[in-house]
Amino acid sequence: MSETLNLKLKVWRQKNARDEGKLVDYTLEGVSTHASFLEMLDVLNEKLIKQGDEPVAFDHDCREGICGSCGVMINGAAHGAQLGTATCQLHMRHFKDGDTIVVEPFRARAFPVVKDLMVNRTAFDRIIAAGGFISVNTGSAPEANNLPVGRETAEAAFDSAACIGCGACVAACKNASAMLFVGAKVSHLAHLPQGQPERFRRVTAMVAQMDSEKFGSCTNTGACEAACPKEIKLTNIAQLNRELLRASLCR
Amino acid sequence: MIKLDAKIPEGSIEKKWENRKFENKLVNPANRRKYKVIVVGTGLAGASAAASLAEQGYHVQAFCFHESPRRAHSIAAQGGINAAKNYQNDGDSVYRLFYDTARGQPGQQLLLGAYSALERQAGLKTLEISYRHEMLDLVVVDGRARGIVARNLETGELTTHAADAVLLATGGYGNVFYLSTNAKYSNATAAWRAHKRGALFANPCFTQIHPTCIPVSGDYQSKLTLMSESLRNDGRVWVPKNKGDKRPPAQIPEDERDYYLERIYPAFGNLVPRDVASRAAKYQCDQGRGVGPSGLAVYLDFKDAIKRVGHDVIASRYGNLFQMYDKITGDNPYETPMRIYPAVHYTMGGLWVDYNLMSTIPGLFVTGEANFSDHGANRLGASALMQGLADGYFVAPYCIANYLGGEKLKPVKTSDDSFKASVNEVQSGVDRLLKINGKQTVDEFHRKLGHIMWDKCGMARNEAGLKQAIGEIRQLREQFWQDVKVPGSGADVNQELEKAGRVADFIELGELMCIDALERRESCGGHFREEMQTSDGEAQRDDDKYAYVAAWEYAGAGKPEALHKEPLAFDNIHLAQRSYK
Repeated sequence: MSETLNLKLKVWRQKNARDEGKLVDYTLEGVSTHASFLEMLDVLNEKLIKQGDEPVAFDHDCREGICGSCGVMINGAAHGAQLGTATCQLHMRHFKDGDTIVVEPFRARAFPVVKDLMVNRTAFDRIIAAGGFISVNTGSAPEANNLPVGRETAEAAFDSAACIGCGACVAACKNASAMLFVGAKVSHLAHLPQGQPERFRRVTAMVAQMDSEKFGSCTNTGACEAACPKEIKLTNIAQLNRELLRASLCR
Repeated sequence: MIKLDAKIPEGSIEKKWENRKFENKLVNPANRRKYKVIVVGTGLAGASAAASLAEQGYHVQAFCFHESPRRAHSIAAQGGINAAKNYQNDGDSVYRLFYDTARGQPGQQLLLGAYSALERQAGLKTLEISYRHEMLDLVVVDGRARGIVARNLETGELTTHAADAVLLATGGYGNVFYLSTNAKYSNATAAWRAHKRGALFANPCFTQIHPTCIPVSGDYQSKLTLMSESLRNDGRVWVPKNKGDKRPPAQIPEDERDYYLERIYPAFGNLVPRDVASRAAKYQCDQGRGVGPSGLAVYLDFKDAIKRVGHDVIASRYGNLFQMYDKITGDNPYETPMRIYPAVHYTMGGLWVDYNLMSTIPGLFVTGEANFSDHGANRLGASALMQGLADGYFVAPYCIANYLGGEKLKPVKTSDDSFKASVNEVQSGVDRLLKINGKQTVDEFHRKLGHIMWDKCGMARNEAGLKQAIGEIRQLREQFWQDVKVPGSGADVNQELEKAGRVADFIELGELMCIDALERRESCGGHFREEMQTSDGEAQRDDDKYAYVAAWEYAGAGKPEALHKEPLAFDNIHLAQRSYK
């Protein structure tokens, strides 16, 4: 495999939320196959700045797949085609010399574009603020060992808690549904004893907030699961539906 | 003249905090909502403090320069947290939720606990979160911290905010080195601007270099990724015995490998402390025995561990780390040894604070990595999480209450002259950056600064190198203000402008780090002065001359900072020379 690539890029440029936006063509030569996808965008930006153009705005931070800041559509796939990989963990060795790569922002009505590839995902924060917590004041909880949690239960909860809130599930869904994100948080807390007292109130409030943020409905296509960089399972959505049903029956 | 008074309470060490809590003034719960506290930074230290203060009834405004508090770099902690079981104060369920069950990424769950506590208060409308707002100045009125100037990163608008107390939880300054394990946005700007307003900066030269990171692969490299230290439990570190041996690792026979940590430190082997392991790797590479394309790496080999306990056991211990390594390098660590090299990871120095977490500016509190306290010259692995949480959940709320309860603060408004003056200064700084329109990008300057710092103020330092670095940084600063190119305007999202402001501050801080390192003519923790080592190459302290905290006072642009010394008194431990042999 050659160590460098020449690429054609089609990158979404949009000045702000009101601008229409369009794909703009760029060429980039000599990109190292060891660079990450975001480092490739860094190289493009350095070139644009030197030419007197504005660089492409994109969100990123930890660059090790844990903060959930980055996320773009790469050739139509959220975070690109590699499974279980965030955009910052995708490396250029997965591309071929001469490839054309289309780079667009995560698209959803609930995620308005801020600029170029940067979107506003604070709808997720508002869903968490509606119920994604345990109402225990800080510093006042009992000794954790007084509340034993079995290993299987803890692991199941942890699997759901691995969500990084990047929004790829929403971007991958044809309906822009946030069910996998909400399902992961609801399942995480529903598994644990600490989550029980508010179990029904939580799911009801989070789903109500989700709906008011104009996310779409779930039609169980599983596109979210395939795009998730943390491989959160579709069963979280099934659990969300069960929790919601139980909440409506037990009210 | 500033007098450093740490305000350490009376009594034996286990009674000190109890005594302080007993002495502290309280604020009547009904009066708390009349006090406004600004919390800058919403990582572990900031989110926990903001949530706790809001729960107690204070009027809290939290500033988050990210899109969401959950993006803070505390999320990336891979290791565990240090806590003594049955330690009196560690019983909080939100962050204890996964304490006993975590499988390799508990740092993430700790931040998520603090984040959900913060969002809960946001939902209850007891606190307000200002998203994508970056603090660019501290407003000081009559010698007290009374507010901040922040830039709205979406609109470019400069906004002013008044308060009765300000708490900075803005993290460390490892990105002075350009390449570090810190997240890309991590920066020192809020702390540095507070320093320029009068907060002393302590022990800036104390930086921690982590021994096990994925090595640099090219000029485009934007950051370095940590491989958790736990890998050294099973991995064996080695280099080829012959200089410049370019054979693939599998073709290098056992008797031509040097397991140098096991050889030099038979008692501790591969588990020597971070600074020792880092310097030993640098030494091997400097001798020409480094591996990989750059020659700046050593092997961390799991072959023997896999043979001993089997592939599955190793996979259950380190599976996620091996996968992370594979994604980045394209190499499979089950089959070929990892290549690792040290990288900047944590900064022990920071704004000076007293026992009550208050800086030298009354009303300005500093928590977490942003302050200098708790870790001395060399932080112990996993104790930064403990510090962030303890500061935020348990310490800061008491200390801020004591301050507010004990002072008669006059009301201030953002229309006051001091706020206007701060805004004007920040605005002229922004305008100046946009006007230069030079030829070099912000990242080019940042990389140059990083090279100077890494070469001369990194793992090993000496007088000649530090003096040279100070000269080079001064030149770099001059060039920066003449030749940096910041495209776009200040009136919308402009990530280059954001970076330019941060890099300008890093350049100034980098110079102070070198000055501090030059002044401290001893080796101590993360600070290794080549002139000061024992005959067998160990760090040699000079407790007679340097058993003090070096706290630096800003004296105005271009003037040398004034050094204040806070003597260190050790009542409960005995200072000794380390030995790991």
